[in-house]
Amino acid sequence: MSKEPVAVVGIGQTKHVAARRDVSIAGLVREAARRALDDAELTWADIDAVVIGKAPDFFEGVMMPELYLADALGAVGKPMLRVHTAGSVGGSTALVAAQLVAARVHGTVLTLAFEKQSESNAMWGLSLPIPFQQPLLAGAGGFFAPHVRAYMRRSGAPDTVGSLVAYKDRRNALKNPWAHLHEHDITLEKVQASPMLWDPIRYSETCPSSDGACAMVLTDRAGAARAPRPPAWLLGGAMRSEPTLFAGKDAVSPRAGRDCAADVYRQAGVTDPRRDIDAVEMYVPFSWYEPMWLENLGFADEGEGWKLTEAGVTELDGDLPVNMSGGVLSTNPIGASGMIRFAEAALQVRGLAGEHQVERARKVLGHAYGGGSQFFSMWLVGARPPES
Amino acid sequence: MSEVLKAPLVVEFPFTRSLGPVQSAFLTGLRERVVLGVRASDGRILVPPVEYDPTTADELRDLVEVAPTGTVTTWAWNHAPRRGQPLTTPFAWVLVRLDGSDTALLHALDAPGPDAVHTGLRVRIRWAGERTGAITDIACFEPHDGEPARLTGSTGEFADPVGGIVAAARLDYTYSPGRAQTAYINSLADRRTVGERCPSCRKVYVPPRGACPTCGLPTTEQVEVGPRGTVTTFCIVNIKAKNLDIEVPYVYAHIALDGADLALHARIGGIPYDQVRMGLRVEPVWTDGARYPDHYRPTGEPDADYDAYKELL
Repeated sequence: MSKEPVAVVGIGQTKHVAARRDVSIAGLVREAARRALDDAELTWADIDAVVIGKAPDFFEGVMMPELYLADALGAVGKPMLRVHTAGSVGGSTALVAAQLVAARVHGTVLTLAFEKQSESNAMWGLSLPIPFQQPLLAGAGGFFAPHVRAYMRRSGAPDTVGSLVAYKDRRNALKNPWAHLHEHDITLEKVQASPMLWDPIRYSETCPSSDGACAMVLTDRAGAARAPRPPAWLLGGAMRSEPTLFAGKDAVSPRAGRDCAADVYRQAGVTDPRRDIDAVEMYVPFSWYEPMWLENLGFADEGEGWKLTEAGVTELDGDLPVNMSGGVLSTNPIGASGMIRFAEAALQVRGLAGEHQVERARKVLGHAYGGGSQFFSMWLVGARPPES
Repeated sequence: MSEVLKAPLVVEFPFTRSLGPVQSAFLTGLRERVVLGVRASDGRILVPPVEYDPTTADELRDLVEVAPTGTVTTWAWNHAPRRGQPLTTPFAWVLVRLDGSDTALLHALDAPGPDAVHTGLRVRIRWAGERTGAITDIACFEPHDGEPARLTGSTGEFADPVGGIVAAARLDYTYSPGRAQTAYINSLADRRTVGERCPSCRKVYVPPRGACPTCGLPTTEQVEVGPRGTVTTFCIVNIKAKNLDIEVPYVYAHIALDGADLALHARIGGIPYDQVRMGLRVEPVWTDGARYPDHYRPTGEPDADYDAYKELL
């Protein structure tokens, strides 16, 4: 028996900001969920199950927040489960929800991911002092910067490429009302003049710390037929993981990422991603990860990703727009960041992305990664249902 | 085999909570010695109040005052109070249905002993002397031989409402790095770096983990590596991290010690930070009493060829 086709019929986000002091965590997730239901023109009673994700509990210090959030998400009396895969969790959460529909376990599933970074300090949460170990690391930037340098050495990319990505994503964010950073006076010179935090990573090439939530309503073929607006159809989805550190790990282009993309393309019948895919929402928390992931995801040969960025191919009006929403560089409620990528991909193929809509976006990839390039999750969505 | 190392690990953080309208009113009420519940979709009064209806998921905002007196619905005796609990002497954990409420609130009851507590016991709130808008504004409950207390007539509107609280959390662990890392750490005391080789893929892990993450096999063969090595990649850290006593800027490097199959992470010194480069040959610099090399410094050898370490990036 073939799988049930899965459709995205509702999408909701909060306005992402540094601190939402006016709402509780419950109030925050409720806003996104309510907007997703409104988009789908459904009520709480129409939802069969809830799948929720967020980054590690230390990021807010609420152990198992899904228990306390059941009321806010209308999950009482329904199955509710939580997914954990560090920064990629928003993507993995959507995929677990999609699998419940594809397997015909449930007809309509609400999936949601969030982070309220203002309630804690992610840098603290990522740098706990472990006995007997030498404290050296300075947060995620200190972890990823050496890998960026390795990429620059390997590819021979000019050192301006990172600033081009940051300048593009921050300008794209100006067209996205939900994005956290709206830097109206951004210039390339300002990006290039911003301080080096973890050389080669500059301040303006790093993601902000955000409070925010993102929700989607996923449903089956019958649900899609009742939807008031065009659905996005899941054409392929996959997750892969590998250890953070091991002998032979390619930290610049991890095998788990390559394998994950290959699995998605196989499911979707994509043989040439550069030709067959119209746009990408990829998880780029530090600007250089755009060219790195362009290679890892098969949009460019090894060492060639930066040439796409430099040539403007990944601009909003380019041939392969990347992070039309402004991306993680403009909005980073960590647990939600992966789901925002997936949701923004779906908005594009639904034709509902507003000012940052890409014309004729028929197939768009959503991508997330987490841990020390340890977890990967991706989905490809299309404007037309999969051929069965 | 030497004894496995252990050490205490305390994880603590003052998390901040923004309350939202319902919890804000509830905690501000406690500050003013008023207890508020919320009216659910079916008319029941829920105390403590919740923002969303547990049955219909409707948003709940209709705050209703209840009395500071009530009835114990069930209880458990706490023989040995722990740090951070409401009372320092033995007490009863109680669920109290306050007069006017349809649900029960969890709190502590100050009672001389378990014989003095029973389901159905009438109790009242003992207010804390100093109240800030927190659940601890209720110091505890105490037995109350009398009628339900009168209401204050509060509507749930207060001047200067509490918008957030600090929820300090602390976890106490006993941390052990395990057999393999204990051996590694003990060799460091002799200024030797000892890793372990996988019996299948033959890769040498430093620090060792006791198992090969690729092959899934236990590793036992010990292999001394270094002391010299090659900088495979690095970054220059320009921001000072909390709780990290290192002057910035400093170079945080991945160093492949000679004979190791993956890089370990360390600081580079003895050279201006802007002259550190990939391929730089380095050696450890030890200081008395320290467990790890303080940093690595250039050996003066010619730089390693890129091809010699590119697989270790």
